Amino acid sequence: MTLNRRAFIGTGAAAAAALSAPHVKADNHAGKPKVVVIGGGAGGATAARYIAKDSKGAIDVTLVEPSRMYYTCFFSNLYMGGFRELSSIGHSYGGLAKGGVNVVHDWAVGVDRAAKTVTLAGGAVLNYDRLVLSPGIDFVDGAVPGWDVTSQNKMPHAYKAGSQSELLKAQIESMPQGGTFAMVAPPNPFRCPPGPYERISMVAHVLKEKNPTAKIIIADPKAKFSKMALFQEGWSNHYDGMIDWIGSDFGGGNVEVNANEMTVSIDGEVTKVDACNVIPAMKAGRICELAGITEGNWAPVHAATMQSRVDENIHVLGDASAQGDMPKSGFSANSQAKVCAMAVRGALTGSKVFPAKFSNTCWSLIDTDDGVKVGATYEATDEKIAKVAGFISKTGEDAALRKATFDESVGWYAGITSDMFGS
Amino acid sequence: MGAALIASAAHAEDIGNAEAGAEVWDYCSGCHEVGQGAENGIGPHLNGIFGRPAGAIEGYNYSKGLIREGKNGLVWELDKLNAYLENPKALVSDTRMSFDGLETQEERDDVMAYLRQFSDNPQNIPEAAPTARAHEVVLAPEILAIVGDPEYGEYLATECTTCHQIDGAYDGIPSITHWPEDDFVVAMHAYKVKVRPHPVMQMMAGRLTDEEIAALAAYFGNLE
Repeated sequence: MTLNRRAFIGTGAAAAAALSAPHVKADNHAGKPKVVVIGGGAGGATAARYIAKDSKGAIDVTLVEPSRMYYTCFFSNLYMGGFRELSSIGHSYGGLAKGGVNVVHDWAVGVDRAAKTVTLAGGAVLNYDRLVLSPGIDFVDGAVPGWDVTSQNKMPHAYKAGSQSELLKAQIESMPQGGTFAMVAPPNPFRCPPGPYERISMVAHVLKEKNPTAKIIIADPKAKFSKMALFQEGWSNHYDGMIDWIGSDFGGGNVEVNANEMTVSIDGEVTKVDACNVIPAMKAGRICELAGITEGNWAPVHAATMQSRVDENIHVLGDASAQGDMPKSGFSANSQAKVCAMAVRGALTGSKVFPAKFSNTCWSLIDTDDGVKVGATYEATDEKIAKVAGFISKTGEDAALRKATFDESVGWYAGITSDMFGS
Repeated sequence: MGAALIASAAHAEDIGNAEAGAEVWDYCSGCHEVGQGAENGIGPHLNGIFGRPAGAIEGYNYSKGLIREGKNGLVWELDKLNAYLENPKALVSDTRMSFDGLETQEERDDVMAYLRQFSDNPQNIPEAAPTARAHEVVLAPEILAIVGDPEYGEYLATECTTCHQIDGAYDGIPSITHWPEDDFVVAMHAYKVKVRPHPVMQMMAGRLTDEEIAALAAYFGNLE
């Protein structure tokens, strides 16, 4: 790290000259630094876009993302609740391509850290000077007894947005009158801490209109969860008696499912259910494991640059990283991506590097126009990304404030997606 | 056309209650000034708004939308102003005016009656007190004098653009582009000392130094 850094600072003046006169750099094309970004979500798309935009052509940026249309996980619960169309949370990569990012729709299947190459499922091999891994999450095998990937059509996870979200929404809407919806919630840490509970709110919103005698059971391996007081107040205000949350103190962690029988066993008690959302324990997207940069389930990073603690040429963003205090959220990934983009440019072109600043805000919708939020700012220490200050919505807020909070979340969605995709 | 003719002949008292409109004006006065000595700020001054083509005040950096509509012949007559106040984006899709609109006809009538007083004869503005805004926080001249570093501002701004769109579009989160630098600095300090109530902004501004606020003001104020 130190050596590389010094060498690049030494060429900083030349790099700066190349920035203002790109044609000078053209005859040295082979020497143009290369960045490969794997994963086109809130972390990867933002990093690719910012590196390409701010380096003004001085860095070759390739983004590897299998999906041609990316559905954001954030706001996919609002789709389930009928507050958004699925098409409104889908984004193509044309804006990134227009912004100079080479977008490759393929799977990354291997990383050779010694050769600094990435192999794609289609057979191509990409060279990199810096690799940015932002693959999101995968599920831990065997985390929920009785459930595996072959069960996900009967018991969807719907925790990667798109076809799974459509499926779960359809299953909720076709539940028999008075039927039962179950959720198996994940243990910490996991993507989008308020996500399962916002989802419960959205399911309750749909059932209250279409199936008011239906029941909702949540088996939770945790004793408490994000925005718990706000959600529980909201559930009692809007969906009184419909939702039964079973925390770890009451056996919520002792769960087994049977997708063929459509049963859920909670602490030994078997219940027949009509729709079931299983959100298993999570780990970093598999490419992190393949690259050999994980410790346990996640990939540890240095806070100031988001560089892997195992390999200084690799940066890890978002859900996949073990970084400290930030929640695994799209907002966090977007925030980390900007710090990473600045560090990558600094290392490869000698551009100025400012102290890292991070922030996060998570909005959740409980019912129509009843929005709440939680947020914090963070800084980089040697050990981790450390929380500086935070806030959370209060119970008992008036309807006007809750509506303003929801309206703000809609504005945020437009903001972050244009920041990610450049369109 | 008939409505437009009536509008240009209309007097304040025919439109609504100007006194009540002075209270509705509180929604506007964060960005706009009107009356004696009114100047352009975050939004353009509104002296003589009635009968003026859209996007027409020299020296104010309008959104592309308002310039386009002005060229297309949009003139602020009563009916057009009413439509704009009801839903700004419905009339001018890419306006930077960060306002969701006034829901009731009464509020719109009253605020238009209020504004009408400052329109008919701009050289003959009634003896109302100037409405130039009192600053929410009093800042030492040396804080306002800090020259922001736009390069630092560009980096710091990446934290803002997760919510505030860089092209100034408004979808529920206010536009912060092209503000006069002083207004930007005052607003951020007002969040920092919690005079302004928004918790996210209090948190974001709370950890910015005077130099960082100046850098952001310089960057967002001078975007292309």
